[in-house]
Amino acid sequence: MLKTFSLGGIHPAENKLSAGSPVEVLPIPAVVSVPVSQHIGAPGEPVVKKGDAVKVGQLIAKTTGFVSSNIHSPVSGIVDKVDEILDASGYKRKAIIIKTDGDVWDEHIDLSPELKRDITLSAEEIVKRIGEAGIVGLGGATFPAQVKLSPPPGKVCEVLIINGVECEPYLTSDHRLMLEKGEAMLVGVQILMKALNVNKAIIGIENNKKDAIAHIEKLAAGFTGITVQPLKVQYPQGGEKQLIDACINRQVPSGKLPIEVGAVVHNVGTAYAVYEAVQKNKPLVERIVTLTGLSVKKPGNYLVRIGTPISAIIEAAGGLPEDTGKIVGGGPMMGKALTSIEVPVTKGTSGILILPKKIASRGIVENCIRCSKCVSVCAMGLSPYLLMTLAEKAIWDMAEEEKIMDCIECGSCSYTCPSSRPLLDYIRLGKGKVGQIMRSRTK
Amino acid sequence: MNRLIVSPSPHVHSGDSVKKNMYGVIIALLPALAASLWFFGLGALIVTLTSVVACVLFEFLIQKYILKQPASIGDGSAAVTGLLLAFNLPTNIPLGIILIGSAVAIGIGKMSFGGLGQNPFNPALVGRVFLLISFPVQMTSWPLPLASRASYLDATTGATPLSVMKEGLATGRPFSEVMGDVPSYLDLFLGVMGGSAGEIAGVALVIGLIYMLWTKIITWHIPVAVVGAVAAFTGVLHLIDPAAYASPLFHVLTGGVLLGAIFMATDYSSSPMSVKGMLVYGVGIGVITVLIRTYGSYPEGISFAILIMNMFTPLIDKYIKPKRFGEVIKSKA
Repeated sequence: MLKTFSLGGIHPAENKLSAGSPVEVLPIPAVVSVPVSQHIGAPGEPVVKKGDAVKVGQLIAKTTGFVSSNIHSPVSGIVDKVDEILDASGYKRKAIIIKTDGDVWDEHIDLSPELKRDITLSAEEIVKRIGEAGIVGLGGATFPAQVKLSPPPGKVCEVLIINGVECEPYLTSDHRLMLEKGEAMLVGVQILMKALNVNKAIIGIENNKKDAIAHIEKLAAGFTGITVQPLKVQYPQGGEKQLIDACINRQVPSGKLPIEVGAVVHNVGTAYAVYEAVQKNKPLVERIVTLTGLSVKKPGNYLVRIGTPISAIIEAAGGLPEDTGKIVGGGPMMGKALTSIEVPVTKGTSGILILPKKIASRGIVENCIRCSKCVSVCAMGLSPYLLMTLAEKAIWDMAEEEKIMDCIECGSCSYTCPSSRPLLDYIRLGKGKVGQIMRSRTK
Repeated sequence: MNRLIVSPSPHVHSGDSVKKNMYGVIIALLPALAASLWFFGLGALIVTLTSVVACVLFEFLIQKYILKQPASIGDGSAAVTGLLLAFNLPTNIPLGIILIGSAVAIGIGKMSFGGLGQNPFNPALVGRVFLLISFPVQMTSWPLPLASRASYLDATTGATPLSVMKEGLATGRPFSEVMGDVPSYLDLFLGVMGGSAGEIAGVALVIGLIYMLWTKIITWHIPVAVVGAVAAFTGVLHLIDPAAYASPLFHVLTGGVLLGAIFMATDYSSSPMSVKGMLVYGVGIGVITVLIRTYGSYPEGISFAILIMNMFTPLIDKYIKPKRFGEVIKSKA
C-alpha cells in the first residue's frame, strides 16, 4: 500500500496529456507585461521608468516588505511604460511593459550549461540570495521562498519536504522538470537543506509519475540525506498539510504553519529556481508552463519568459481550439478562470488549461440531498454542506466554530456534489468574512 | 473571439448527480422487486405499480398546483419513495389504502418539509406507519409466498415468522415448539416467508447493497451498524437464554431488518452526515428494533426504530462532527 494523507480526497480523471512532451523553449515575445504583484504579499515597487534600457535579469521592481518579492526583467529592451493591465486576477493592476530588443543578459548571471554542485555560500547568504532573486513558491501559491526559510524564533525545522506531487489533473510542468532538470533540482534541494540546517529531505511524488520516481531515486543516491517517497495518486496531496501528513505522518494543527510539526515544504520548481539563483546567480525570469486541454492540438510544456502573453503559448500549441469555453490559469481544481488570452504569464503560472465548452459550465444547482459526499471527501475533515449554509445565512460565529478557516479551498466538495452546489464559492465568501472578524478582534 | 466563461474554481465536476444516485437506488432495488414478483406474483405487480405511479403523480400535482414549482419528478426520488413504500406493504392491500399511503408519504413526509433533501423522516416510512396505525388489519394480513401468485386481494394469507413467534409465545406454547413452525434459515434468506412485498428476500437486498456500495451511492456504515446492533443485542439475549430468545440470524433475516438497514435507514436526508454519527444512528436503530420486538407489542419494529432515530439525526449532526485534520496530534513517528 502506497502512502497518502489520512482524510478525504478525490481522484479526478488525470488527463496528463502533455506528460510525454519535452519542454520546448518558447520564442521571446516582442512585448512583455510584467505585473508588480505576482506573489502573495505586498506588490513590488517599480525601480525603472519609461524609456529605461533593461537587460535580462535586471531588477525592475523591488520588494516592499517582509512578505514581498523582487521582480527582474525577463527580457532585454526598453521600458515602454508602467501601466495598469488586465492580469490573471481579472482586475487591472500595475505592470511594467517592456519592448524586447535582442536577448542581452545581465553580466553577473552565469549562463554556462555546466552543473555546479559545490555549495559555497553560507546559510544566511543563501537565504539572502534567494530573496534577492525574487523566488516564490512555484507550485502556484507564490509565497516568497525566503520567508519560509526563516523559521520563527524557537521553531526548529527537522525535515524538508519537496513537493513533486503535481496532484492537479492535466498539469505536467513539475513532472517534466523532474525528468529534465532532476540533478540541478536536487542541488537546489541540498541548498535549501543547508539554508534550513536540516540533514533530511523527502521528495514526495505521486505514483502516476513512475518515470520521475525512478529517475529522481537514481539521482538522489548521489546526494546525502535526500529520499524519494512514492505516493498514492490522490487529490489534494499537493496541499502542504496533506503532503506532510502523507510523507511523515504528522498533522499540522488548525491555524498553524508546517514548522509546528518540524517541517518546511517547497515545490520541485522552487528547488530548481533556487539552484539557478544560488549557483548561477540567475533570478526568476522564466518558468515551465504546461499548455493543455482536451481539444488542444499540441498539448505541451514550454519554457516561457515571465510577462509573455498566454496567447503566444496558445499559438505555439496549435492555436485556440474552436470549442473553447474557458481558459484556466493553473489546474482545473484550484486554477483561476482567465478573462482574456492576453494576460501575462507570472511566476505562479504552472499551466494554462483550455476547457471545451461542453465541460466549461457548471451544472444546475439542486437542493442539498444530504448525501454526505462533501463530508467524506473533505481533506480537512470539515462539513462543507454546513459551512455553505452558515455562509449563506451569514452566521459567522458558528462558521468560525466549525473551522471554516481550516478550508484549503481544494474544491473537492464542489467537485463531488451531486447537486452541483457551489459549496466552495460560499465557503470562500465565509472565509473572507470570518477572517476579517478574527483580525479585527486581535487588533 | 469566443466569449470566455469565468467562474471560481473548481472548473471540473465529477459528473455525479441527484438523478444518478436516485436511479442507482432504483437499480439496486430491482433484485428485490424481482423476488417480490416471483413470490407474490400479481399482487406485487399491482401494489408496486400503484405506489410508484401514485407517489410520482402526487409529487407532480403538489408542485404544480400547490407549490407552483417546476416539476422535479424526473430526478427519480419520488419513484424511489414509491418503490420503498410498496416494499413495505402486504401485496394484498386494497388500492385505496395504497393511494392514501402515497399521499401521506409524498405530501406530508416529503413535500410539506420542502421536498428533495429536506425531509426529516424517511417519507416511505411515514406513509407506512400512517397506514399501519390507520389500517391495522389490512396492514398485517400477509399473503403466503408462492401460494397464490395469480391473485391480488384474495391471496391466501398467513403469518410472518416474527408474528408466528410472538403469538406462539403469547399463547404459552414452549419456545422450541413455536420455532418449529418458522421456515428454515435458507428459506428466510431466499425469501420463502410471509411478509411485506419487498422485505422478504434477504439475498436480493444484499445484492442491492453490494451494488450501492460499489457505485458509492452509500457507505457501509449505516447498514452494518443496524445489522450489527440487531445481531449483537439478540445474540446476547440468545446466549443468556436460548430457550426463550431466537437466534440473531433469525432476527436479522426477518421483519424487514435488511430492507430497513440497507434501503430505509440510509435515506440521505434523514440520516446523519458524519461517519461516527452514522454508526451511532445505526446502532440506535438496531437497539430500538430489538427492544420493540422483545418488549413491545409489535412483532417487528424497524420502521418505528428508524423514524425514532430520524428524530435524533439533527442532534447527532450537531454533536458528532467528522474527525478534523490536525485535531489530534499524531505521535511523532
